Amino acid sequence: MKLLSIQRRMARAVMTPLTPSERMCSTAPDGRSMRAVASEIIKPNDRLTSFERLEIYNRQYWFRILSGFAEDFPGLRAVLGGNRFDRMAKAYLTDCPSQSFTLRNLGSRLEGWLRKNPACTAGRGSLALDMARLEWADIEAFDDGAEPTLKPEDLSAANPAKLRLRLQPYVQLLDLRYPVDDLLLEVRKEDDDTEVASNAFSERHHQKRVSAVAKLKPSPIFLAVHRMDDSVYFRRLHRDEFAILTALRSGKPLKTAVETAMRDSSIVPDERAANVQHWFQTWAALGWFCRNESKQSARADRSKASRTSSRRT
Amino acid sequence: MPANRFNNFTDYGIGIGLRAPHYHHILTRKPVVDWFEIISENFMIDGGRPLHILDQILEQYKVVQHGVSMYFGSAERPNKEHLRRLKTLVQRTRTPWLSDHLCWGSVDGRYTHDLLPMPYTFEAARITAQKVREVRDFVEVPVVVENVSSYAEFHVSEMTEWEFLNEVVERADCGILLDVNNIYVSSRNHSFDPYTYVNSVPAERVAQIHIAGHSKYKKYILDTHDHPVIDPVWKLYERAIERVGHTATLLEWDDSIPSFDEVHDEALKANRFLASASLAKAV
Repeated sequence: MKLLSIQRRMARAVMTPLTPSERMCSTAPDGRSMRAVASEIIKPNDRLTSFERLEIYNRQYWFRILSGFAEDFPGLRAVLGGNRFDRMAKAYLTDCPSQSFTLRNLGSRLEGWLRKNPACTAGRGSLALDMARLEWADIEAFDDGAEPTLKPEDLSAANPAKLRLRLQPYVQLLDLRYPVDDLLLEVRKEDDDTEVASNAFSERHHQKRVSAVAKLKPSPIFLAVHRMDDSVYFRRLHRDEFAILTALRSGKPLKTAVETAMRDSSIVPDERAANVQHWFQTWAALGWFCRNESKQSARADRSKASRTSSRRT
Repeated sequence: MPANRFNNFTDYGIGIGLRAPHYHHILTRKPVVDWFEIISENFMIDGGRPLHILDQILEQYKVVQHGVSMYFGSAERPNKEHLRRLKTLVQRTRTPWLSDHLCWGSVDGRYTHDLLPMPYTFEAARITAQKVREVRDFVEVPVVVENVSSYAEFHVSEMTEWEFLNEVVERADCGILLDVNNIYVSSRNHSFDPYTYVNSVPAERVAQIHIAGHSKYKKYILDTHDHPVIDPVWKLYERAIERVGHTATLLEWDDSIPSFDEVHDEALKANRFLASASLAKAV
C-alpha cells in the first residue's frame, strides 16, 4: 500500500466524529466496519487491538480541535449553551476540517457555515451569528499585521478627490444586530472570575450570564475591533463613521467615501463637518491609517475588504 | 568546538520551551537561561502581542525554532504559505537550526494537528527525505528531524523506527533532534528496547536532544509533556549523552505548566550528565 493511500485512510478514520460516549465509531464514513479499516493498516499488539490503537489518534484529534475551537468562541458557547455549542462545534468541524497549518484558523469558515446551517442555532440565529463574527474579528485583530502609521506630513499635498486612505490590516469593521460586544466582555470577565472562584460562586455567575443572554434584545451597533498596545479593543462607531471607514477600506477616494457615507446621514447638516473632522482626528490618533500604498499592501487591503463583512487576547 | 557537522552549537547548553504563562516572569525577572525554544507556528503571524514578546525575548536570549506542522512525512508537497511564513520567522529569529517532526499530519490539504506515525517503508523514507531537503533549501538554515512518540504501527513497515530515522537522515543529509522521552514512550507502547534505539542512532548527526514527562495509562503511555522527567528517561538521556557528547538539550513542558523556576530547575537536572560528558572529553 502506497504512502498516500495509507495516509488518506488513516486521516479519514482519525477525523471521523466520536460517538456520544467519546469512543471511535464502529462504522467508517464509507459504511465499512471501522474494525476492518483499522485491521487493514494498523498492527495489533499484545495489549491493544488495531481498532484501539487507531482510536487513540481519533480521540486525540477530536479532543484537540474541540478544545481549541471552544477556547476561540467562549461567547458563542454562552449564547448557545454548552450542549448545543458542543453539537454545533462537532458538526462544523466535521464539515469544515482545518485547512491551515495553524489551529488559529479553525474558526475562519464558521460564519459562512452558520449561515448555511441555521438549524444549529435556531431560536438564537442572529445573535449566534453576530457573536461568531465578533469572536472571529477578535482573533484577526489580535495578530493581523500593522503597517507604519500615516503622519500629517504625508497628507500635505494630497488631493481629497484622489487620496485613498488605507486602514490598518488589524482594524475589523462589523455591523451587528445585537450588542454582543458587551456580552462577550461579560463572558470574559466571568471566565476570569471563575478561575479563582468557588463552585457555588461560579454557578451563581453562570446563571447570571445565562439570564443576561436570554434578555439580550436586538439593538443594531456598528463596531471597530482594533488593537492598541497589543491588546484588542471594541470601539462602538456611529453609523456614518462605519460607512466612511467601510468605503475607505473598499478603496474609495477620501472625498467619495465621505460624500457617499453622509448622503443618508441622520446628523443635522450644520454639525456634519465637525463630526467628520472629529472622527478623522480620533482614527488618526488611534493609528488606524497606514502610510504609502505599496502594490502588495494595496492587494492585502482589498482582500481584507472582501472579508470584512464576513467576519476577533 | 563543534561536536559534529550537524551541531555547531555545543555552547547552547540547556534550554526550555518559551510558553505564554512564563512571559511576564521572563520579561520582568530576566532569569539566566541558556536558550529558549519557540513553537514556530505560534509566531508565524503578521503582527500583535506574540511578535512583540518574541522581539523582546530575542533582544536578550538565544532562540531556536521548533515546528509542529511541517509534516515532513506527509505525501503531499509542502504548503507554500507555510514555507513563506516560516522563512520570514527564520529571518526574524536567526535561528541557528530548525527542527520539526518525523511524522505526517495532513493529507489532501486537510490538517489533523497531530503528529501521526510513519509507515516505515523505503517509499516513505524517500518522500520524507525529499521534503526535508526542499524545506532546508527554501529556509536556508540547517534542518533537524525529531523522532515522535507513537501509539500505532503499520502492517506495511519494512524496517524498525530507528532504521527508518537513519534512512531518512542519510537520504536528506540532515541532523537529528533526538527526543529520548519519545523513544521511551514508543518503546513501552511497541515493546522494544529503548537502548537499542539510542545505540543505533548515528551520533554524528544528533544536533539537539529533547527531554519531557509523560502520562501512563493502563495499556499504553501518552506523550503529554505535563510531568517531570522520570528516572528511566534520565538514564536514557545519560546514554545518549555518552554517545553524542555535549549537546543542546531542551525540556518540553506544555500542559499543566508549573512556575518558570520549577520548569527551569527540572531542565537543569540535565547538567549532571552534560558535566560528565565534558569531563570525559577533557580526560
